[in-house]
Amino acid sequence: MKALDRTREVMRRDRVWDFMIPRATRNQLDTSKGPILYVENVTVSFDGFKALNDLTLYINDGELRCIIGANGAGKTTMMDVITGKTTPDEGSVFFGQTIDLLRMSEPEIAEIGIGRKFQKPTVFEFHSVYDNLELAMRADKLVWPTLLARLTGEQRDRIDEVLNIIGLTEERYRRAGLLSHGQKQWLEIGMLLMQDPRLLLVDEPVAGMTPQETERTAELLTSLAGRHSVVVVEHDMEFVRSIARTVTVLHQGSVLAEGSMDDVQNNPDVIEVYLGE
Amino acid sequence: MSMFAEIFKRDPGGNSMLGILGVLAILVPILNLAVPESSPLHMSTYTVTLLGKYLTYALLALAVDLIWGYCGILSLGHGAFFALGGYAMGMYLMRQIGDRGVYGNPELPDFMVFLNWQELPWYWYGFDQFWFALIMVFLVPGVLAYVFGWLAFRSRVTGVYLSIITQALTYALMLAFFRNEMGFGGNNGLTDFKDILGFSLQQDGTRIGLFLASALALAASYFLCRAIVNSKLGRVVVAVRDAEDRARFIGYRVENYKLWLFVVSAMLAGLAGALYVPQVGIINPSEFSPLNSIELVIWVAIGGRGTLYGAVAGAFLVNYAKTWFTGVLPEFWLFALGALFVVVTLYLPKGLAGLLARRREAMA
Repeated sequence: MKALDRTREVMRRDRVWDFMIPRATRNQLDTSKGPILYVENVTVSFDGFKALNDLTLYINDGELRCIIGANGAGKTTMMDVITGKTTPDEGSVFFGQTIDLLRMSEPEIAEIGIGRKFQKPTVFEFHSVYDNLELAMRADKLVWPTLLARLTGEQRDRIDEVLNIIGLTEERYRRAGLLSHGQKQWLEIGMLLMQDPRLLLVDEPVAGMTPQETERTAELLTSLAGRHSVVVVEHDMEFVRSIARTVTVLHQGSVLAEGSMDDVQNNPDVIEVYLGE
Repeated sequence: MSMFAEIFKRDPGGNSMLGILGVLAILVPILNLAVPESSPLHMSTYTVTLLGKYLTYALLALAVDLIWGYCGILSLGHGAFFALGGYAMGMYLMRQIGDRGVYGNPELPDFMVFLNWQELPWYWYGFDQFWFALIMVFLVPGVLAYVFGWLAFRSRVTGVYLSIITQALTYALMLAFFRNEMGFGGNNGLTDFKDILGFSLQQDGTRIGLFLASALALAASYFLCRAIVNSKLGRVVVAVRDAEDRARFIGYRVENYKLWLFVVSAMLAGLAGALYVPQVGIINPSEFSPLNSIELVIWVAIGGRGTLYGAVAGAFLVNYAKTWFTGVLPEFWLFALGALFVVVTLYLPKGLAGLLARRREAMA
């Protein structure tokens, strides 16, 4: 069956073969139909356990989408699939109309404009805040150009701008390892911004934050939507309510419900799963 | 010019290391050549050669520190690259002997005549030329590191598994070089060298020349490593050490960075081996022994990994201790080395360089 599918894929008449597309346009994002991310019929199983079960999900360009779900619902696995860390058993993942993410490695996916924030804040602890942002900056990331790279004035301005957005201007020369938990979360979001991605995947951004920090994070993420598409995975319902326009509920690896926060909360399936017992 | 200024800036440890190296480079030739032998200040040629040997060890430690201290790749097989560089130089020195060997064969080294070989194996061609040997000193370790690293880093082999296969690599090479059929002199290795670039190896002047060449190579390599570590690439490499996934997800092809650094490091190790061989006068397969590679990691750990000058200092201190111990209490050297390693790991995780840095911070 798989071979047949593959043959069909090769013989598709609505598009030319990938290798015939000129390099310059191959990785050009095409969002003319609306969605920026197409996740279709994706299944991932680990030793028989289906972490994702026939998951289908579309994210629109410029949208801020919240994804909620209990532990083990497949939120992190979904991010792993989109960013190239995990290869699904079945299904397809497209960035825009044309870019097949399943064929790309993590750095390639990062390069075409998908940024990811981990659940546990992951920054380069040994480096200063400034260096962290510099490293994340959109630039030629091959070995030799990196060896000879020098910061231009424009790039410095961009770093200053992001430092301002994430509120870490005062801490710029501090070692990232010495920052508070909340500050690390912001720094990581700042690193995503430096990459200038079209799509941001943000995994539990407010875990372990104080209410004030949570509020600021909410503002930050809402301000990003529009210019970037943002997907936020979160447990904190209060927070989701404060930022979400559309909410997707995952349950056992597939979509249980989708809609506005109120719709979702009144959905009988969701109520059963969450409040069932 | 600004790049050099940047390198000197904020590196007190490295500057003092280079200062000491400079003083040695001036003092040693004077004490050995100009001061008469009867004077108590005279430095024997034995000591000069010993210091030269330490310098090549320091260069090797520098190479290990570059990948271990900054990129977190614990290679327990760097002795292999050192030995390969040494063999490349040894082959040149063998060809320089010409017909002055025991058997007087102008073409074949003695061990080949002894094995009844009729002609020179193809891989010995070109080694009569110094420039060719010099290229091979860098190329052979570099290519091996490239192939090995390409396979290992692409399959994302990291941590202790990588260390174990580097051990296997050097062990396999040792077994291979022990074989006479390999054409590298079997377990005797290459020895009985006569001269290098036309200068007799027995002359004090040549010894001083080799010592100075080693000092120069160490200083130049230090600059190179310092420049690499200070560049953006250096920061990426440290980032890979601390959070490999993060680096990958912001778009760095982590395996290429590791590979690049691994190859540079292997080439430096090869250079160290090439300078080592003419000074000690022999290269044999025991240089590949896994123990050597482990020992040199201990030099770096004791000196302080992640500080380039620390590796140099560690190599000097441990080897000086080794020379002293093996003279006084030969049976106890390995125990002392083990004890040293345990003490450093428990009480000085950042090595002697870390201790100095802490002192400096306490004073300030």
